[in-house]
Amino acid sequence: MSSITQTYQDLRQSYSFQRRLGVGLRLLVAVFLIAFSVFPVIWIVSASFDNSNSLSTQSIIPANAGVKNYERLFNLDPEFAFGDIQFWTWLWNSVKVAGLTTILSLSLTTMAAYAFSRLRFAGRITMLKAILLIQVFPNLLALVAIYVIVFQMGEIVPALGLNTHAGLIMVYLGGSMGGNIWLMKGFLDTVPRQIDESGMIDGASHWQIFTTLLLPLLRPILIVIGILSFIGTYGDFVLARILLTDVDQYTLMVGLQIFTAGQFDKKWGVFAAGALIGALPIMITYLLLQDQIAGGLTAGAVKE
Amino acid sequence: MSVTATKRPTGLQMPAESPFSLLLRVIFIGLFDVGAVWFIYNCVSRGFIQLAVVLSIIAVVMNLIFLLPQAYPFRWMAIGLAFLILFVIYPILFTIYVAFTNYGDGHFLTKEQAIPIIERETYLPQGGVSYSWTAYKSEAGNYALWLVDADGKTFLAKPGEPIVEAQPGVNGIGEADARGIPTGIEGYQRLNTLIAASDKELPNIKFGLEGGANVQIRSPNEAAQLAQRFKYDAATDTVVDQSNGDVYTNVRGTFTTKDGKTISPGFREWIGIENYVEFATSPALSGPLVQIMVWNFIFPAVSVVSTFSLGLAIAVMFNDKNFPLKKLIRSLLLIPYTIPGLITILIWRGMLNPEFGVVNRTLENWFGWAPPWTIEPLWAQIAILLVNLWLGYPYFMLITSGALQSISADLYEAAIVDGASPWQRFRSITLPLLLVAVGPLLVASYVYNFNNFNLIYLFIGGGPPIVGAATQAGHTDILLSYVYKLAFETGGRGVQYGYASAISIIVFFIVGAITLAQFRFTNMWEEVSENV
Repeated sequence: MSSITQTYQDLRQSYSFQRRLGVGLRLLVAVFLIAFSVFPVIWIVSASFDNSNSLSTQSIIPANAGVKNYERLFNLDPEFAFGDIQFWTWLWNSVKVAGLTTILSLSLTTMAAYAFSRLRFAGRITMLKAILLIQVFPNLLALVAIYVIVFQMGEIVPALGLNTHAGLIMVYLGGSMGGNIWLMKGFLDTVPRQIDESGMIDGASHWQIFTTLLLPLLRPILIVIGILSFIGTYGDFVLARILLTDVDQYTLMVGLQIFTAGQFDKKWGVFAAGALIGALPIMITYLLLQDQIAGGLTAGAVKE
Repeated sequence: MSVTATKRPTGLQMPAESPFSLLLRVIFIGLFDVGAVWFIYNCVSRGFIQLAVVLSIIAVVMNLIFLLPQAYPFRWMAIGLAFLILFVIYPILFTIYVAFTNYGDGHFLTKEQAIPIIERETYLPQGGVSYSWTAYKSEAGNYALWLVDADGKTFLAKPGEPIVEAQPGVNGIGEADARGIPTGIEGYQRLNTLIAASDKELPNIKFGLEGGANVQIRSPNEAAQLAQRFKYDAATDTVVDQSNGDVYTNVRGTFTTKDGKTISPGFREWIGIENYVEFATSPALSGPLVQIMVWNFIFPAVSVVSTFSLGLAIAVMFNDKNFPLKKLIRSLLLIPYTIPGLITILIWRGMLNPEFGVVNRTLENWFGWAPPWTIEPLWAQIAILLVNLWLGYPYFMLITSGALQSISADLYEAAIVDGASPWQRFRSITLPLLLVAVGPLLVASYVYNFNNFNLIYLFIGGGPPIVGAATQAGHTDILLSYVYKLAFETGGRGVQYGYASAISIIVFFIVGAITLAQFRFTNMWEEVSENV
């Protein structure tokens, strides 16, 4: 009898030992993985405070630490002359373009998704399929055509042409339609139709049902899609690169990309400072909202 | 009870429209039409015919949607549809059209634009009217010529003005010198023969009215009347060189003689499937192209497998509610996903710099050797895959840890009762259930990476270059970055929109086929219909 108790005790001990060993090993692995994931960030932070501004002499703890690179970035250092850096203008341009694109695209796609989810009309399914198929065509492939269209529109109304934010936003809007309509329709389909039917019985119009009954329910997911869309537009570079030609119209990504022209390694510190300021707000948003964002990523796509 | 009588009430009958809403609608469509007509008129007057057609279609559709009551559901998506047509569908159609033309360097203009430019060219005919000349120059750098023809008649010629007969001493023209030539002209200084002969600008100036009978200097002693060099014959679609009688025929948008002489500019022309024929057969192009395509299939495959495996491994390892510091570990591992891609790609580009980058300096200190990233083709490819692993694993970490939660714990308990080892449990429960759940996302990730232009282009621009390629092509180029270079960066063969568009269409078909297969596989189509 006692031997059975003894064996049981042994087993428990060995189980808890195994578990602790497992946790220990996994923590060790975690340390390695974290080193892999965080190292570039630490490296760029260190580079931004390295006054030498050079890739070749940088070490993890800067030999001559200081905020020189930030002064250079904000044009406060007269000795540093590299082209035309307009950091705050670029950052503002990025926020403006991404913000307007997000708001407009969310409004347009949510309304379209309402029609696809709640109304029944001829050609509905064909259109949904067509939108899905069109989405397969990367807009990068049609860059030449987009460039020509924006150029021609600018010839007629200069405010919509090349080198304008309005032109860029319109192109973004066109590109965002397909995917976001599908995503939003997916969420709307999950909202029970009894909710709108109760509104119908009370004599509410579609518009009233949409704005007063459905939108409040959709708010959490709208916020997540909004953030993802903002970040996506904020990070875009190809379209902005092609359509914006003047330095003061650049978005931040285009501005940062021009640092790589010529001797990238001699502007490394200034690039690091700019990259850090550009990335930090996005990083913080992501980390704070990681659960909601993970939910938004999977909700539309993963079949559970 | 008859079945037809019990028509399901859809609840979608339109409520009667309020007068206010009607008024709003009419005002909106009225303003829209005024704007649209003005815009389209301007398009036509500037020759943007294709844009005008597209905008007209959009305008008509908008009017139908907002005026016909039965088009009510479309009002919800009208503006979005307009953007979709203008900036997505029209560009696709335009790209398809361009793929069948030779649009690009030397072929930017339409034929209607190119022929007048060609016909503007002039030459100095032998035995034409010739003059002796004297040059005058104004303060502002304008030139005038005093011409004397064989019969002794005298003329004054200025660029852009008709050539007129003139006499010394009248109308602001100075008195004649011993040889009968004016000493000066009002506003102009006479140039002495030596200066005039060495002037670099003078021989290029056409004197006389634009398009009229021009006079140009041929030698220090002679100026001559120019003649139109090329004459276009619409009936035979040929150009004849008046100076020597050469006949140029239209070969793919360039007027070319039998022995290969060409006239610039060429023009845009429909060349059928020649871009595709070139794609398939030209050895100079297909050499790098085969290489690029192979890499284009390998790169996303390896990327998906590596990012998914690492993401899944992390998710499984820390899928334990009681794991210490779980939240912190997850946040730190998520960091690569939270930084805009362009920034991180450029950071990696700096870190992997073979001369100065931290990775190579460290490895050289430790081992005395470091991989020549960005220089050796194979190492460049490995570097790209490494960077993409870093960029991509957090996404799958998020996705798979979500999906793991949804696998029922009962299954594992049953497996434990049956004595399954952890590995067996993973192999026969976790993996298959997970793959069903995230399968579509794996395909989507493959498609995304198939066209991952940003990574390829920003890292090292597709380099290192493929030696001996006729176009700018590199060992890490994918089709899309290759297309971008063909279209926007002038390489040895110049900008080639037509050829680039042809490759775009091929990419479209490849990606489209993969996506369609995925829809079929996951019953996406049926799902669309089911939701009715």
